Amino acid sequence: MANEVILLDFWPSMFGMRTRIALREKGVEFEYREEDLRNKSPLLLQMNPIHKKIPVLIHNGKPVNESVIQVQYIDEVWSHKNPILPSDPYQRAQARFWADFIDKKLYEAQRKVWATKGEEQEAGKKDFIEILKTLESELGDKPYFGGDDFGYVDIALIGFYTWFPAYEKFANFSTESEVPKLIAWVRKCLQRESVAKSLPDPEKVTEFVSELRKKFVPE
Amino acid sequence: MADKVILLDFWPSPFGVRARIALREKGVEFEYREENLRDKSPLLLQMNPVHKKIPVLIHNGKPVCESMNVVQYIDEVWSDKNPILPSDPYQRAQARFWVDFVDTKLYEPADKIWQTKGEEQETAKKEYIEALKILESELGDKPYFGGDTFGFVDIAMTGYYSWFEASEKLANFSIEPECPTLMASAKRCLQRESVVKSLHDSEKILAFAYKIRKIYCV
Repeated sequence: MANEVILLDFWPSMFGMRTRIALREKGVEFEYREEDLRNKSPLLLQMNPIHKKIPVLIHNGKPVNESVIQVQYIDEVWSHKNPILPSDPYQRAQARFWADFIDKKLYEAQRKVWATKGEEQEAGKKDFIEILKTLESELGDKPYFGGDDFGYVDIALIGFYTWFPAYEKFANFSTESEVPKLIAWVRKCLQRESVAKSLPDPEKVTEFVSELRKKFVPE
Repeated sequence: MADKVILLDFWPSPFGVRARIALREKGVEFEYREENLRDKSPLLLQMNPVHKKIPVLIHNGKPVCESMNVVQYIDEVWSDKNPILPSDPYQRAQARFWVDFVDTKLYEPADKIWQTKGEEQETAKKEYIEALKILESELGDKPYFGGDTFGFVDIAMTGYYSWFEASEKLANFSIEPECPTLMASAKRCLQRESVVKSLHDSEKILAFAYKIRKIYCV
C-alpha cells in the first residue's frame, strides 16, 4: 500500500517548518495543505481535537501531532536514509534536551520581542539574545548541533531564522553581531535542499509579523 | 566496566519519581542523592548548568536532564527488560503526545492548587479536573495508558497520582467521582513494586504540601 502523507500546516510556522524539513530529508512525498488559522478546517479539528494546532501530520489516515514528535516519528518510520536522531542513546538524550530547551525558552522569549514594546520588549530582547548565545555556545566549533551531520536540533532551530529579520526590525538589534557563529550555521543549513525548499522568504515572514504585531501593539 | 548510576533528586518531586520508577523497572542499581533545592550542590550545578533542576541522571559521569528524557534514555540503554515505550513508531508517537499533554496541561493547575486559595484555586481545580477527564477518556477501558502493560504515560502520570491525596485535601475535592477509571488505573500503578519503592507515603507528602502553602502565605 502506498504511503499517503498529508501535512496540515501554516506557512510562517517555525514548527511546521520542522516537519517539512524532516519529510524532505527522508525523500517522502507529501501533500501540503495550508490552514487558515482563523477558520480551521474540519480535518484539522478532527485530527488534532486536543490542541487544534498545526502542524498535523496525517500518515495513512492516522494523525501525529506536535512538531518534535512528528520529526521523531518520521525518523523512525523512514529509517533507511538520512538519520535525524543519533544512534547512540546518550547523544539522543542530548539532542532531545536541546530541542526541549528551544521549545521551552526560545519560543516564549521571541514572542516578547515582536508582540510587546517598551520595557517588556527590552527584557524579552535580552532573554532572547542570551538564549541564542547559549545555543551558539552549545554549537561550539561543530558544523551542526549533532556534530558532522545535520540532525534533530538543527531541524528544531532553523525555522526560527526566518523570523530573525522581524525581531531585528521591531527590537532594533542585529543577530549577526550578537551570534555570528550561529548565523554562519544558518547559512550552512540554508544550502541544504530540504531546508531551502521548506523555509519561506524571511521578507514575507516580516510582512506577516508586522501585520500580526498591530493586533498586540496598537500604534 | 560496571555501570555507575547516580540520581540527583528531591524526595517529593513528581518528576524525580519518574526517573526512580524507570530505574527500578529496569532493575538498575543506583545511588540516590537528595538535593536541598535552596542550597543546590556543586555537582547539580555542574551537571545541569542550563536549568539547574532535578532530576539529573548521571551515568558513568555523564548527565541526562529533564525527567521524560531521562526515562527514554533509561529505556534505550537498559533495553533488555520491561520496555517502557512501545516498539511501534505510531504508538510511540501517541505515548509522547500524551506525556507532552500531561506536562503542559496538568502541571500549572496542579501547582496552583497547592500555592493559591479562593477563586484562583477554584479555577485551577476546574482546569485540573478537565485535563484529568481528557486523560481518562484517552485511557478508556485499558488497565494502563500503555494498554496491558505499565509504560511511558503511566510513569509520567504516577508522579501526579502521588500528589492526588494532598491536592484533594488542600482544595477540598475528590477526584474519584470525577474520574473513576483513571483512579482505578492510578491505584493499580501505585501498587507496582517499582512505584512503591520510589514514593514516600502520602502523609509525608501532605505535610510537605502544607509547608509549601505556608511559604506562599496561603
